[in-house]
Amino acid sequence: MRTRLLTAAALAAVLVTAGCSASSDDSAASGGASAPAGRGNAGKVTVLAAASLTESFERIGVLFEQLNPQVDVVFSYGGSSGLAQQITAGAPADVFAAASPATMKTVTDAGDADGPVTFARNQLVIAVPKGNPKGVTSLAALAKPDVKVALCAAQVPCGAAAQQALSTAGVALTPVTQERDVKAALAKVKLGEVDAALVYRTDAKAAAADVEGVEFPESASAINEYPIVALTNAPNPSGASAFVTFVRTPDAQRVLADAGFLP
Amino acid sequence: MVPAAIGLAFLVLPLAGLLIRAPWTTLPHRLTEPGVLAALRLSLLTATLATAVCLLAGVPLAWILARTTFPGRRLVRALVTVPLVLPPVVGGVALLLVFGRRGLLGGWLDSTFGVTLPFTTTGVVLAEAFVAMPFLVISVEGALRAADARYEEAAATLGASRWTAFRRVTLPLIAPGVAAGAVLCWARALGEFGATITFAGNFPGRTQTMPLAVYLALEQDLDAAIVLSLVLLAVSVLILAGLRDRWLGAT
Repeated sequence: MRTRLLTAAALAAVLVTAGCSASSDDSAASGGASAPAGRGNAGKVTVLAAASLTESFERIGVLFEQLNPQVDVVFSYGGSSGLAQQITAGAPADVFAAASPATMKTVTDAGDADGPVTFARNQLVIAVPKGNPKGVTSLAALAKPDVKVALCAAQVPCGAAAQQALSTAGVALTPVTQERDVKAALAKVKLGEVDAALVYRTDAKAAAADVEGVEFPESASAINEYPIVALTNAPNPSGASAFVTFVRTPDAQRVLADAGFLP
Repeated sequence: MVPAAIGLAFLVLPLAGLLIRAPWTTLPHRLTEPGVLAALRLSLLTATLATAVCLLAGVPLAWILARTTFPGRRLVRALVTVPLVLPPVVGGVALLLVFGRRGLLGGWLDSTFGVTLPFTTTGVVLAEAFVAMPFLVISVEGALRAADARYEEAAATLGASRWTAFRRVTLPLIAPGVAAGAVLCWARALGEFGATITFAGNFPGRTQTMPLAVYLALEQDLDAAIVLSLVLLAVSVLILAGLRDRWLGAT
């Protein structure tokens, strides 16, 4: 009931703004991108998104629905490559947001989408337990024998990025485990089973209650790009392109920046 | 007949899907890739050790459940089946909370014996035994209930100790049940994924069993994942079929 009231209030606000200041440049910048789409894309928009986007996309979805009250955005989060396989196997979806261009390429190569655009970038940090008990301040510190490290497996994007950063730094490192995804690596830090893990900045930020993120210069060599695309067989093509456009508006970009993404 | 055929098709068709989709031309090349054999060897080793652990601890547990009465026995029996209903990943986290570095027993094990279990092959065996043990206990308990306790009583009246009676009378009686339980237990351990990757992590040659290798291969290369799955399937079907004929006398 409460959310419905809020939505109604937001809708009213949008209508008022649209009605009163149609000529104002200011409101056109924030609401303009989706206002034209808002008329023709009623219904459901299904967005398959990389797990690392969970917190940001929930908030972006709320903003998008406020501007397009007749649209219902449904998210399904998961590992990018798993989602890509679902798409090439014919899962009905409108939008795909991946955590790496390589994963996106498997979808575009299969002919299921065309022309993805990069909307965010992510960077690695060293996640350590609160208080940094082992005093980790650099990548080189991870190679010490008494420091247990979890990395992502090289097959998943965060693992590929970690390998890239380590080779840039010239650090040879044997992790105790190669985790299946970035959240699993982070969980090992939260549980105290490892002393450090290389995770995305956004993941460390989302887990700020339990872990600290230590920035390191070599992460600049392994920046991860997030592409988004409207799928060729989208059941709701206009809704799909409206969402893809909205993710690149200043409002949505602000949400992503709050979560720790780079523009 | 028709429901039976549907049931069989339901079980067999996915397997046929794997076979049809398999990259047969590149198969020999893919099989010799490093890592495949290491993962297979580790899988067979850990599943066998886990089955041994389950036999050593599970048969006595089944005997207690079947042959004795004590308050709370129903509760104990329900607790034994917990790993069956617990999502394996949660089982892995639970194991970490007990045997992990900051776990209930883990810290003590480490400081007293210098033993750490997470991220080790022993950890894999532990995780597999945890999820597979109920299969053995339930199967053996069923066999014990079906076996006539009067044979044991007769042995006891003839002067056999409890251990001798168990070894010479009970065990031969329930051998098929134990074998069936052990086979189920081994198969479950061989396919174990969630608890293993959560508790023991994933490191090639040390904790990366076949199911973990399949999962990670799937991230990049569907064909590689299918090849690994087929290897695991072929080996397990061969072993299970062989054991069934030898142990259970079935045809």
